[in-house]
Amino acid sequence: MPSAMLILIGCQLLGELLRTTFHFPVPGPVIGMFLLALALGVRAKRTGQDMTPAPLKPAAESLIANMGLLFVPAGVGIIAEAGVIRKEWLPIIVAVAGSTILSLMVTALVMHWTLPRTSANPADREGGMS
Amino acid sequence: MSAALHHLWTPLSATPLLWMVVTLAAYVIGRQVQKACGGSPFASPVLIAILIVAATLLGTDTSYDTYFAGAQFIHFLLGPVTVALAVPLAENFALVRRHLSSIGLALLAGSLTSVLSGVGLVWLLGGSRSVALSMAPKAVTTPIAMAVSDQIGGVPALTASLAILGGILAAIIGRHMLVRFQIADWRAHGLAAGVAGSGIAAAQVAALDEVGAAFAALGIGLNALLTAVLVPLLATLWH
Repeated sequence: MPSAMLILIGCQLLGELLRTTFHFPVPGPVIGMFLLALALGVRAKRTGQDMTPAPLKPAAESLIANMGLLFVPAGVGIIAEAGVIRKEWLPIIVAVAGSTILSLMVTALVMHWTLPRTSANPADREGGMS
Repeated sequence: MSAALHHLWTPLSATPLLWMVVTLAAYVIGRQVQKACGGSPFASPVLIAILIVAATLLGTDTSYDTYFAGAQFIHFLLGPVTVALAVPLAENFALVRRHLSSIGLALLAGSLTSVLSGVGLVWLLGGSRSVALSMAPKAVTTPIAMAVSDQIGGVPALTASLAILGGILAAIIGRHMLVRFQIADWRAHGLAAGVAGSGIAAAQVAALDEVGAAFAALGIGLNALLTAVLVPLLATLWH
Protein backbone atom coordinates (compact mmCIF):
# COMPACT_ATOMS: atom_id res chain seq x y z
CA MET A 1 0.00 0.00 0.00
CA PRO A 2 2.63 2.65 0.88
CA SER A 3 4.65 1.75 -2.21
CA ALA A 4 1.56 1.98 -4.40
CA MET A 5 0.72 5.41 -2.98
CA LEU A 6 4.35 6.42 -3.53
CA ILE A 7 4.09 5.47 -7.21
CA LEU A 8 0.75 7.24 -7.71
CA ILE A 9 1.54 10.43 -5.83
CA GLY A 10 5.11 10.40 -7.18
CA CYS A 11 3.76 10.35 -10.76
CA GLN A 12 1.36 13.13 -9.86
CA LEU A 13 4.23 15.21 -8.47
CA LEU A 14 6.31 14.53 -11.56
CA GLY A 15 3.33 15.59 -13.68
CA GLU A 16 2.97 18.82 -11.70
CA LEU A 17 6.71 19.52 -12.08
CA LEU A 18 6.56 18.97 -15.84
CA ARG A 19 3.47 21.15 -16.06
CA THR A 20 5.02 24.09 -14.24
CA THR A 21 8.41 23.75 -15.95
CA PHE A 22 7.12 23.54 -19.50
CA HIS A 23 3.83 25.43 -19.00
CA PHE A 24 1.76 22.52 -20.30
CA PRO A 25 -1.92 23.44 -20.37
CA VAL A 26 -2.81 20.00 -18.94
CA PRO A 27 -3.19 19.27 -15.21
CA GLY A 28 -0.42 17.40 -13.38
CA PRO A 29 -2.46 14.25 -12.61
CA VAL A 30 -3.30 13.77 -16.31
CA ILE A 31 0.38 14.09 -17.25
CA GLY A 32 1.13 11.70 -14.38
CA MET A 33 -1.38 9.22 -15.81
CA PHE A 34 0.35 9.19 -19.19
CA LEU A 35 3.78 8.90 -17.54
CA LEU A 36 2.72 5.92 -15.45
CA ALA A 37 1.01 4.25 -18.42
CA LEU A 38 4.19 4.71 -20.43
CA ALA A 39 6.34 3.29 -17.64
CA LEU A 40 4.02 0.29 -17.26
CA GLY A 41 4.07 -0.23 -21.01
CA VAL A 42 7.86 -0.18 -21.14
CA ARG A 43 8.01 -2.56 -18.19
CA ALA A 44 5.54 -4.94 -19.83
CA LYS A 45 7.63 -4.98 -22.99
CA ARG A 46 10.85 -5.70 -21.09
CA THR A 47 9.48 -8.44 -18.87
CA GLY A 48 6.98 -9.79 -21.37
CA GLN A 49 4.24 -9.55 -18.75
CA ASP A 50 1.13 -7.44 -19.33
CA MET A 51 -0.07 -7.55 -15.75
CA THR A 52 0.59 -4.70 -13.40
CA PRO A 53 2.70 -5.73 -10.36
CA ALA A 54 0.94 -6.54 -7.13
CA PRO A 55 1.07 -3.54 -4.81
CA LEU A 56 0.04 -1.10 -7.52
CA LYS A 57 -2.74 -3.11 -9.13
CA PRO A 58 -5.01 -3.67 -6.10
CA ALA A 59 -4.46 -0.11 -4.88
CA ALA A 60 -5.36 1.33 -8.29
CA GLU A 61 -8.36 -0.95 -8.55
CA SER A 62 -9.79 -0.03 -5.18
CA LEU A 63 -9.25 3.69 -5.82
CA ILE A 64 -10.95 3.48 -9.22
CA ALA A 65 -13.82 1.40 -7.83
CA ASN A 66 -14.60 4.20 -5.37
CA MET A 67 -13.88 7.14 -7.63
CA GLY A 68 -17.42 8.46 -7.31
CA LEU A 69 -16.86 9.34 -3.65
CA LEU A 70 -14.01 11.66 -4.60
CA PHE A 71 -16.31 13.85 -6.69
CA VAL A 72 -18.71 14.55 -3.83
CA PRO A 73 -16.81 17.49 -2.24
CA ALA A 74 -16.51 19.31 -5.57
CA GLY A 75 -20.10 18.43 -6.48
CA VAL A 76 -21.50 19.93 -3.29
CA GLY A 77 -20.00 23.21 -4.56
CA ILE A 78 -23.12 23.52 -6.66
CA ILE A 79 -24.87 25.08 -3.63
CA ALA A 80 -22.45 28.00 -3.85
CA GLU A 81 -23.54 28.50 -7.48
CA ALA A 82 -27.25 28.38 -6.68
CA GLY A 83 -27.68 32.06 -7.58
CA VAL A 84 -26.60 31.78 -11.23
CA ILE A 85 -28.29 28.44 -11.64
CA ARG A 86 -31.61 29.78 -10.36
CA LYS A 87 -31.35 32.78 -12.69
CA GLU A 88 -30.37 30.89 -15.85
CA TRP A 89 -31.70 27.45 -15.06
CA LEU A 90 -33.23 26.78 -18.47
CA PRO A 91 -30.16 27.38 -20.68
CA ILE A 92 -27.99 25.63 -18.08
CA ILE A 93 -30.08 22.49 -17.79
CA VAL A 94 -30.79 22.18 -21.50
CA ALA A 95 -27.16 22.80 -22.46
CA VAL A 96 -25.71 20.39 -19.90
CA ALA A 97 -28.15 17.64 -20.82
CA GLY A 98 -28.09 18.33 -24.57
CA SER A 99 -24.35 18.60 -24.99
CA THR A 100 -23.64 15.60 -22.75
CA ILE A 101 -26.09 13.37 -24.61
CA LEU A 102 -24.93 14.58 -28.04
CA SER A 103 -21.27 14.14 -27.19
CA LEU A 104 -21.87 10.64 -25.78
CA MET A 105 -23.75 9.62 -28.89
CA VAL A 106 -21.33 11.16 -31.38
CA THR A 107 -18.26 9.66 -29.70
CA ALA A 108 -19.81 6.20 -29.42
CA LEU A 109 -21.25 6.26 -32.94
CA VAL A 110 -17.96 7.29 -34.55
CA MET A 111 -16.20 4.52 -32.61
CA HIS A 112 -18.90 2.08 -33.62
CA TRP A 113 -18.71 2.97 -37.32
CA THR A 114 -14.93 3.04 -37.58
CA LEU A 115 -14.04 0.02 -35.45
CA PRO A 116 -13.46 -3.18 -37.35
CA ARG A 117 -16.45 -5.50 -37.50
CA THR A 118 -14.86 -7.90 -35.03
CA SER A 119 -15.91 -5.35 -32.44
CA ALA A 120 -18.78 -7.52 -31.23
CA ASN A 121 -16.42 -10.42 -30.67
CA PRO A 122 -16.10 -10.96 -26.92
CA ALA A 123 -12.70 -12.62 -27.39
CA ASP A 124 -11.40 -9.20 -28.34
CA ARG A 125 -11.96 -7.87 -24.88
CA GLU A 126 -9.91 -9.93 -22.51
CA GLY A 127 -10.74 -9.57 -18.85
CA GLY A 128 -14.13 -7.97 -19.38
CA MET A 129 -17.16 -9.17 -17.52
CA SER A 130 -20.75 -9.55 -18.68
CA MET B 1 -31.76 21.02 24.54
CA SER B 2 -30.88 23.40 21.73
CA ALA B 3 -28.29 25.05 23.96
CA ALA B 4 -26.71 21.68 24.68
CA LEU B 5 -26.76 20.82 20.99
CA HIS B 6 -25.22 24.14 20.15
CA HIS B 7 -22.53 23.49 22.75
CA LEU B 8 -21.70 20.21 21.08
CA TRP B 9 -22.11 21.40 17.51
CA THR B 10 -19.92 24.50 17.57
CA PRO B 11 -16.55 22.80 18.21
CA LEU B 12 -17.52 19.79 16.13
CA SER B 13 -18.48 21.77 13.03
CA ALA B 14 -15.03 23.36 13.02
CA THR B 15 -13.07 20.09 12.79
CA PRO B 16 -12.36 18.57 9.38
CA LEU B 17 -13.44 15.21 10.80
CA LEU B 18 -17.14 16.04 10.90
CA TRP B 19 -17.42 16.90 7.22
CA MET B 20 -15.30 13.94 6.19
CA VAL B 21 -17.61 11.67 8.15
CA VAL B 22 -20.71 13.30 6.65
CA THR B 23 -19.29 12.90 3.12
CA LEU B 24 -18.33 9.27 3.66
CA ALA B 25 -21.66 8.45 5.31
CA ALA B 26 -23.62 10.12 2.51
CA TYR B 27 -21.72 8.11 -0.09
CA VAL B 28 -22.19 4.85 1.82
CA ILE B 29 -25.93 5.59 1.97
CA GLY B 30 -25.85 6.34 -1.78
CA ARG B 31 -24.24 2.96 -2.43
CA GLN B 32 -26.78 1.17 -0.24
CA VAL B 33 -29.62 2.87 -2.09
CA GLN B 34 -28.12 1.81 -5.41
CA LYS B 35 -27.74 -1.75 -4.16
CA ALA B 36 -31.34 -1.74 -2.94
CA CYS B 37 -32.38 -0.61 -6.43
CA GLY B 38 -30.66 -3.62 -7.97
CA GLY B 39 -27.60 -1.64 -9.07
CA SER B 40 -29.64 0.69 -11.27
CA PRO B 41 -27.53 3.54 -12.68
CA PHE B 42 -30.48 5.87 -12.02
CA ALA B 43 -29.75 5.60 -8.29
CA SER B 44 -26.39 7.35 -8.74
CA PRO B 45 -24.45 7.20 -5.44
CA VAL B 46 -22.61 10.41 -6.36
CA LEU B 47 -25.86 12.28 -6.91
CA ILE B 48 -27.47 10.89 -3.75
CA ALA B 49 -24.39 11.76 -1.70
CA ILE B 50 -24.24 15.31 -3.08
CA LEU B 51 -27.93 15.83 -2.29
CA ILE B 52 -27.54 14.52 1.27
CA VAL B 53 -24.46 16.64 1.97
CA ALA B 54 -25.96 19.75 0.36
CA ALA B 55 -29.16 19.33 2.40
CA THR B 56 -27.08 18.89 5.55
CA LEU B 57 -25.11 22.08 4.85
CA LEU B 58 -28.23 24.10 4.08
CA GLY B 59 -30.03 22.66 7.11
CA THR B 60 -27.19 23.52 9.48
CA ASP B 61 -26.44 26.86 7.86
CA THR B 62 -22.87 25.81 7.12
CA SER B 63 -20.90 27.55 4.37
CA TYR B 64 -19.35 25.62 1.51
CA ASP B 65 -15.92 26.89 2.56
CA THR B 66 -16.32 25.40 6.04
CA TYR B 67 -17.45 22.13 4.51
CA PHE B 68 -14.61 22.03 2.00
CA ALA B 69 -11.99 22.63 4.70
CA GLY B 70 -12.89 19.15 5.95
CA ALA B 71 -13.83 17.46 2.69
CA GLN B 72 -10.66 18.58 0.90
CA PHE B 73 -8.88 15.46 2.15
CA ILE B 74 -11.28 13.36 0.11
CA HIS B 75 -11.09 15.80 -2.80
CA PHE B 76 -7.28 15.49 -2.76
CA LEU B 77 -7.49 11.82 -3.80
CA LEU B 78 -8.85 12.86 -7.22
CA GLY B 79 -5.20 13.40 -8.23
CA PRO B 80 -3.91 9.91 -7.37
CA VAL B 81 -7.04 8.23 -8.80
CA THR B 82 -6.49 10.01 -12.11
CA VAL B 83 -2.94 8.66 -12.15
CA ALA B 84 -4.29 5.22 -11.21
CA LEU B 85 -6.30 5.15 -14.44
CA ALA B 86 -2.94 4.41 -16.08
CA VAL B 87 -3.27 0.81 -14.83
CA PRO B 88 -6.28 -0.25 -16.94
CA LEU B 89 -4.89 1.89 -19.76
CA ALA B 90 -1.50 0.16 -19.77
CA GLU B 91 -3.04 -3.30 -19.52
CA ASN B 92 -4.97 -2.64 -22.72
CA PHE B 93 -2.24 -0.90 -24.68
CA ALA B 94 -2.38 -3.45 -27.48
CA LEU B 95 -6.10 -2.92 -27.93
CA VAL B 96 -5.75 0.85 -27.87
CA ARG B 97 -2.93 0.82 -30.40
CA ARG B 98 -4.95 -1.32 -32.77
CA HIS B 99 -7.74 1.26 -32.88
CA LEU B 100 -5.77 4.47 -32.74
CA SER B 101 -7.40 6.08 -35.78
CA SER B 102 -10.93 5.28 -34.60
CA ILE B 103 -10.09 6.71 -31.21
CA GLY B 104 -8.66 9.90 -32.70
CA LEU B 105 -11.68 10.48 -34.94
CA ALA B 106 -14.23 9.72 -32.24
CA LEU B 107 -12.40 11.93 -29.76
CA LEU B 108 -12.27 14.88 -32.12
CA ALA B 109 -15.93 14.52 -33.11
CA GLY B 110 -17.16 13.99 -29.56
CA SER B 111 -15.09 16.77 -28.06
CA LEU B 112 -16.12 19.34 -30.68
CA THR B 113 -19.76 18.29 -30.32
CA SER B 114 -19.63 18.79 -26.57
CA VAL B 115 -18.05 22.24 -26.74
CA LEU B 116 -20.06 23.62 -29.66
CA SER B 117 -23.45 22.23 -28.63
CA GLY B 118 -22.92 23.33 -25.02
CA VAL B 119 -22.09 26.90 -25.97
CA GLY B 120 -24.67 26.94 -28.77
CA LEU B 121 -27.55 25.76 -26.57
CA VAL B 122 -26.83 28.33 -23.87
CA TRP B 123 -26.65 31.04 -26.50
CA LEU B 124 -29.87 29.90 -28.24
CA LEU B 125 -31.80 29.93 -24.97
CA GLY B 126 -30.64 33.39 -24.08
CA GLY B 127 -28.10 32.50 -21.42
CA SER B 128 -25.33 34.92 -20.53
CA ARG B 129 -21.89 34.89 -22.07
CA SER B 130 -20.20 33.86 -18.84
CA VAL B 131 -22.51 30.83 -18.51
CA ALA B 132 -21.79 29.89 -22.15
CA LEU B 133 -18.05 30.13 -21.58
CA SER B 134 -18.35 28.16 -18.35
CA MET B 135 -20.21 25.48 -20.31
CA ALA B 136 -17.53 25.09 -23.02
CA PRO B 137 -14.94 22.98 -21.17
CA LYS B 138 -17.39 21.20 -18.84
CA ALA B 139 -16.95 17.70 -20.32
CA VAL B 140 -13.30 17.49 -19.29
CA THR B 141 -11.97 16.23 -15.99
CA THR B 142 -12.88 18.78 -13.30
CA PRO B 143 -9.45 20.33 -12.52
CA ILE B 144 -8.70 21.05 -16.17
CA ALA B 145 -12.25 22.20 -16.87
CA MET B 146 -11.86 24.80 -14.13
CA ALA B 147 -8.46 25.95 -15.41
CA VAL B 148 -9.71 26.34 -18.99
CA SER B 149 -12.86 28.11 -17.82
CA ASP B 150 -10.76 30.60 -15.89
CA GLN B 151 -8.54 31.19 -18.90
CA ILE B 152 -11.40 31.98 -21.32
CA GLY B 153 -13.47 34.14 -18.96
CA GLY B 154 -15.93 31.63 -17.54
CA VAL B 155 -16.67 31.02 -13.87
CA PRO B 156 -14.50 28.09 -12.69
CA ALA B 157 -16.78 27.12 -9.79
CA LEU B 158 -19.80 27.05 -12.10
CA THR B 159 -17.84 24.96 -14.61
CA ALA B 160 -17.06 22.45 -11.85
CA SER B 161 -20.76 22.16 -11.03
CA LEU B 162 -21.66 21.75 -14.70
CA ALA B 163 -18.91 19.14 -15.15
CA ILE B 164 -20.32 17.12 -12.29
CA LEU B 165 -23.93 17.48 -13.45
CA GLY B 166 -22.92 16.33 -16.94
CA GLY B 167 -20.85 13.47 -15.54
CA ILE B 168 -23.74 12.25 -13.39
CA LEU B 169 -26.10 12.40 -16.36
CA ALA B 170 -23.66 10.52 -18.59
CA ALA B 171 -23.20 7.87 -15.89
CA ILE B 172 -26.95 7.51 -15.43
CA ILE B 173 -28.11 7.30 -19.03
CA GLY B 174 -24.96 6.21 -20.89
CA ARG B 175 -25.41 2.46 -20.97
CA HIS B 176 -29.18 2.53 -21.54
CA MET B 177 -28.92 4.99 -24.38
CA LEU B 178 -26.04 3.31 -26.21
CA VAL B 179 -27.58 -0.15 -25.91
CA ARG B 180 -30.78 1.27 -27.37
CA PHE B 181 -28.72 2.40 -30.36
CA GLN B 182 -27.30 -1.12 -30.60
CA ILE B 183 -23.87 -0.09 -29.39
CA ALA B 184 -22.98 -2.68 -26.78
CA ASP B 185 -19.23 -2.46 -27.38
CA TRP B 186 -17.36 -1.47 -24.20
CA ARG B 187 -14.62 0.21 -26.22
CA ALA B 188 -17.13 2.66 -27.71
CA HIS B 189 -18.97 3.12 -24.43
CA GLY B 190 -15.74 3.59 -22.45
CA LEU B 191 -14.36 6.24 -24.77
CA ALA B 192 -17.72 8.03 -24.97
CA ALA B 193 -18.00 8.05 -21.17
CA GLY B 194 -14.49 9.47 -20.83
CA VAL B 195 -15.00 12.14 -23.50
CA ALA B 196 -18.54 13.23 -22.58
CA GLY B 197 -18.71 12.57 -18.87
CA SER B 198 -15.08 12.39 -17.67
CA GLY B 199 -14.43 10.93 -14.22
CA ILE B 200 -17.93 10.26 -12.94
CA ALA B 201 -19.10 8.45 -16.07
CA ALA B 202 -15.73 6.67 -16.26
CA ALA B 203 -16.18 5.47 -12.68
CA GLN B 204 -19.52 3.96 -13.63
CA VAL B 205 -17.99 2.18 -16.65
CA ALA B 206 -14.85 1.10 -14.75
CA ALA B 207 -17.01 -0.68 -12.18
CA LEU B 208 -18.54 -2.79 -14.96
CA ASP B 209 -15.80 -3.57 -17.46
CA GLU B 210 -12.01 -3.47 -17.56
CA VAL B 211 -11.69 -2.73 -21.27
CA GLY B 212 -14.30 0.00 -20.85
CA ALA B 213 -12.16 1.41 -18.04
CA ALA B 214 -9.09 1.54 -20.29
CA PHE B 215 -10.93 3.39 -23.04
CA ALA B 216 -12.56 5.73 -20.52
CA ALA B 217 -9.12 6.56 -19.09
CA LEU B 218 -7.92 7.29 -22.58
CA GLY B 219 -10.99 9.42 -23.30
CA ILE B 220 -10.41 11.51 -20.17
CA GLY B 221 -6.70 11.96 -20.85
CA LEU B 222 -6.91 12.74 -24.56
CA ASN B 223 -9.94 14.99 -24.16
CA ALA B 224 -8.07 16.90 -21.47
CA LEU B 225 -5.20 17.50 -23.91
CA LEU B 226 -7.49 18.40 -26.79
CA THR B 227 -9.82 20.69 -24.84
CA ALA B 228 -6.97 22.53 -23.15
CA VAL B 229 -5.67 23.45 -26.60
CA LEU B 230 -8.91 23.73 -28.57
CA VAL B 231 -11.25 25.65 -26.27
CA PRO B 232 -9.01 28.67 -25.62
CA LEU B 233 -8.41 28.78 -29.38
CA LEU B 234 -12.14 28.67 -30.19
CA ALA B 235 -12.82 31.25 -27.49
CA THR B 236 -10.55 33.80 -29.17
CA LEU B 237 -12.61 33.38 -32.35
CA TRP B 238 -15.85 34.15 -30.51
CA HIS B 239 -16.24 37.76 -29.48
